[in-house]
This record gives sequence, structure tokens and C-alpha cells, in this order.
Amino acid sequence: MCIGFPGKILSISEHNVARIDIGGTQREVSLDILDEPVSVGDYVICHAGFAIHKVDEEIAREKLAFLATIIEQEAF
Amino acid sequence: MKFIDEYRDPALVQGLVRGIQQRAARIGSQVTIMEVCGSHTQAIGRYGIRALLPNTIRLISGPGCPVCVTSGADVDRALHLARQSGVLFATFGDMLRVPGTGGASLQQLRAAGADIRVVSSAADCLELARTHPSREIVFMGIGFETTSPTVAAMVAACYERGIQNVSVFSVHKLIPPALQTLINDPALSIDGFLCPGHVSTIIGVEAYACIPAAGRAAVITGFEPVDILEGIFLVLGQILDGNKEVTLQYRRAVSPEGNKRAQSLLEKVFYPSPAEWRGLGRLPASGLAFTEAYQAFDACKRFPIPEMVAEEAVGCRCGDVLRGICSPLQCPLFGSRCSPAHPVGPCMVSTEGTCAAYYKYR
Ligand code: SF4
Repeated sequence: MCIGFPGKILSISEHNVARIDIGGTQREVSLDILDEPVSVGDYVICHAGFAIHKVDEEIAREKLAFLATIIEQEAF
Repeated sequence: MKFIDEYRDPALVQGLVRGIQQRAARIGSQVTIMEVCGSHTQAIGRYGIRALLPNTIRLISGPGCPVCVTSGADVDRALHLARQSGVLFATFGDMLRVPGTGGASLQQLRAAGADIRVVSSAADCLELARTHPSREIVFMGIGFETTSPTVAAMVAACYERGIQNVSVFSVHKLIPPALQTLINDPALSIDGFLCPGHVSTIIGVEAYACIPAAGRAAVITGFEPVDILEGIFLVLGQILDGNKEVTLQYRRAVSPEGNKRAQSLLEKVFYPSPAEWRGLGRLPASGLAFTEAYQAFDACKRFPIPEMVAEEAVGCRCGDVLRGICSPLQCPLFGSRCSPAHPVGPCMVSTEGTCAAYYKYR
């Protein structure tokens, strides 16, 4: 029940409910407890029918690149 | 799939495993790391993470499955509420098969005619209230800080819209007080914690200050293989350089200050109150009770509950499993009398339960 997963926002209704895509399945989540603005195309972490956080794409990319560098240089 | 596939990349996984091996070798002695969250336990089993680690690194599972830590008396209270006439009892599915005293469960009550509905979101109660105006909707409010704001949002919406036939049986729990208890437990010596990623999304980094203050490592970790391995790698790093802090591995989904909006919603509807945890006992300020303004939504006030004396199933070691002092494999009932098809204790029921994860991926 604690499961959270990233989903992509496909559309947002006037009731602040987003239709999201999670690897091919679509679900609806409320955007009522998010604390930052989101728009179509953004990824959000979803949990129990609510989006709880916007996924920060830039940070994700930077971190993965950084990790790859450490590993490549064997800088453990 | 975006934000999933990248975190299962074999090159990154192998690289991190090499890094972990080198750091573990430099440390030389045994390292015990607790994963607090049930979703971590499940992911560690599913991806076979244990088998990738050097044998000086021991992963133990913590109390991070909300259904599992619900006390026997609270399970019995839920069963009592679900039996009241006129009540439509709404719950997340994980709760259905959790056995109360004498083995009774919500599922059994439902088979016997009680109106018990499985919902996937607290917000579903708003629709149930609208379509069943003559019924009392009682929602089982269960979960950690990830889930409780969603329940607070539902309660606040009922308040604003004047919906009166909804109440909540709150057995929500807070993670930091449980961590403090585990740190203080002399039977456990935990060197580092993998802190629950999605709880942290709500509560942020500061909430874990008690861990480094006690000289242990803390890493807020995501749920994919690369996340978990990097979390372990970073715990070992803190142990090596002696500098204990709360490191944020799961930056893409957690901001250091947490989700302020969810936090203020939580504070508006609930306040921290004493709560009974299976395995950990009664901990101060570790549950959530309704604030003055939202008292009317408390199911325990609406439907007085008699004193309950719960009995645990004989031989079940869930309490010790939840404290991390016993592995499911050490429970004499594991895999024999107790299995996911016939669970004796709650840790075998939920997919996030430690016993269920060990059973599935053994
Ligand atoms: S294996 Fe079953 S009986 Fe044993 S601790 Fe786990 S849930 Fe309880």
C-alpha cells in the first residue's frame, strides 16, 4: 500500500485531477497535495491516488551522469 | 520506461557492486544496515540485492509496513467498526486479510455480509459518501507520512463541502519516533539506515537528524536497484570517513525541506499522539489524532469502541521481525503453518511485509 511510482502527466482536468501514464496503463491522480506547479509532460511520483512530488528531471540526469563517471573512473 | 529503466542499467549496477565490495573490504568488519521501508524490503528481494553484496554486509528489515505494525487491538477495533449497522467500511486492500484476535479478518466479515469496500485512494470516500447518503462511511486511515496527507486532504475536503457521513479510524504512524526506538534498542546494533524515499518526499531531510546524532549513517534512498545499491554505497562511505549525516540519494523525488503543502495539511487535521506499534510497543507522539477542528471526523468518537484485549497468534514472531531482531527464516512457522495463502501474522499478509517478501523471493 505504500508503493509509489513515477508517472507521466497526459492531461489535467479542471478539478485538479491528472490523467497519468505509468508504463502503458493510465490512472487518475489528484494534484491537491503537490506543492509545486506541474504541467502536461511532467513526471510525478504517485501514491494512493495522489501525486506527491514532481520528479526533477534535471537532477535525475545530473546524478546519473555523475554516478557513471565515478564508476568509470573506479573512484570508490 | 522513464525514471525506471535507467535505474536498472546493468553497467551501473555492476559498477556500484564493485564500489560496495571495495568499500566493504576497506571497512573490514561486519556492517549492519536496516532498510526501514517495506517497499525497500520488497525491492531488495525482487532484484536479489542480497546476493550481490559481500558477506560482511548484512541487510535487516525494519518496521516499515503499515499493516504489519498495526497492533492486534487496532485490528480488532477495525473489525468492530466494520460490524456496526449502517456502516460502510472502506479500506486499502492490504488490510483485508490481516488476522485479528482468533484469526478473524475483514475479509471474513465481508463474506459474512458486512459492507466492506476496497478503495485505492482516500479520495474515493467522497464518492462513496455521495452515492450512499444514508450510510456512514468509515475509512481505515492507515499508513505513514506518505499516505496520511492524502487522508488529511480527504478529511479537509469533507469539512469544506459539509459532507457529514464520513469518518476515519486513524491508526496512522510516524516514522521518526520508530527510528529513535530502534536506535535505542540494545538488542540491535545498526550501523546505518536506508531511510524510506517516499516518506521523505513528505517530511524532508531534517526529520532524520536523530540518526547521525546517534552516530549512525542515514541515506534517503529510492526504490530501483541502482538507488538501493547507491544507498548502501553511501552508507559505507559515511562509515569509512566517520562523518555521519543524512545523505539524500533520492534527490529526483525528495526536496530537502519535504512537501510543505502536505505537511501543513497534515498539521491542520492531525497532531502527533501516542500509538501502539506491533513489535515496538507504545511510543509517544508516534501516531496521529484529530485536531480540535476536525474531531467530528474521528470514527472512534462517532462509534464508541469497547475496551479490547488482543491476543497474538501463538508462535508468531512478527513483533521480533518488525524490530529487526529476528529474520522470518528464524520463525518456526515460516513456510510451514504460515504462508501467503494462509497467513498467521500480518507480516505474511501485505506484499510489503517482511515475511511475505522473504517467502516470495526465497
Ligand atoms: S512467518 Fe508468519 S508466523 Fe512467523 S513471524 Fe512471519 S507472519 Fe508471523
